[in-house]
Amino acid sequence: MSFLDKLFGKKNSADSAKERLQLVLIHDRTDLTPAELESLRDDLIATISRHVEIDVTAMQFGMEHDGRSQRLVADIPIKSAARRRASSRKTKAR
Amino acid sequence: MPAQVITITSGKGGVGKTTAVANLAVALASDGARVVCVDGDIGLRNLDVILGLENRIVYDIVDVIEGRCRLKQAMIKDKRLPNLHLIPAAQTRDKNAVSASDMNRLVKDLRSECEFVLIDSPAGIERGFKNAIAPADRVLVVTNPEVSAVRDADRVIGILEAEGKGPGSLIINRLNPALVRRQEMLSADDVLDLLAIELIGIVPEDEGVLIGSNRGAPVALDPKSKAGQAFRNIAARLKGQDVPFLDLDTSSSLWERIQKLAGRR
Repeated sequence: MSFLDKLFGKKNSADSAKERLQLVLIHDRTDLTPAELESLRDDLIATISRHVEIDVTAMQFGMEHDGRSQRLVADIPIKSAARRRASSRKTKAR
Repeated sequence: MPAQVITITSGKGGVGKTTAVANLAVALASDGARVVCVDGDIGLRNLDVILGLENRIVYDIVDVIEGRCRLKQAMIKDKRLPNLHLIPAAQTRDKNAVSASDMNRLVKDLRSECEFVLIDSPAGIERGFKNAIAPADRVLVVTNPEVSAVRDADRVIGILEAEGKGPGSLIINRLNPALVRRQEMLSADDVLDLLAIELIGIVPEDEGVLIGSNRGAPVALDPKSKAGQAFRNIAARLKGQDVPFLDLDTSSSLWERIQKLAGRR
């Protein structure tokens, strides 16, 4: 890893190896491809949206690992009731 | 002391399974334990050459299983270490000649003969691997700090858990401390973080391992070798001793160590 590489923000290869392995191992362990994970995310959004209005842009969704066990973690902000009421009035008015 | 049956496996080939078996066997036997190694790689036998016992083979594991000889006749005694024996794999037979119950029966008979049975598993996750782990009390997973080896080790650990053989203990083999310092190789901590199982040893890359295999004299016989020391430490840990991990950083220059102390890296 030369000084110039560092200067131009090139990542050292050990870090790339670790990051790439982290992703690959999640998929190997859960048997979920990135595409399947994406479709799971979309289903989740659709289901929850039927009950409550959520802020999809601020939503966090992904796989985390705790030791050797995998965990699906979703952090889904709900739009505030006031904003929901405001927007529902708008919908009705339309 | 009841015999401990330890299988060494890896998923990926060429990471140093056979080298690890040979060195652990030699280290345990030079410390006085009675050891029998079993080469489980039917059709691709290699533990015999690594141990330097290739010229003494008369009978092999398939001969024992198929009743052509008694167990003791297939146990080759190492002349350097009279309490070390090898049961070689069959070279000419197809790999379906052995089943998991054959292995269980063979190892059951070996338990009364020694303190340690070390089984060298073939690469892969097929039948030979399943046979090799069937009789194991404990499994050691060998990996290298390299993406394909770590990925395959993870698959094997998953299978071990599914088969009720525990997650196993990890040997990180061929770690190059200089490359790790330059952050161009996964560190032992990185690998442990990814695989999340217990560590039993870190073996540094060492040209002595190749030289030892050329001569049929495992590097654990050489008191000056660093890799040999790492294998002797793993052997001591298998005996239940609490041995600190080697400091692999001593090869760095004085200047690098000063920088490290000063917190620059």
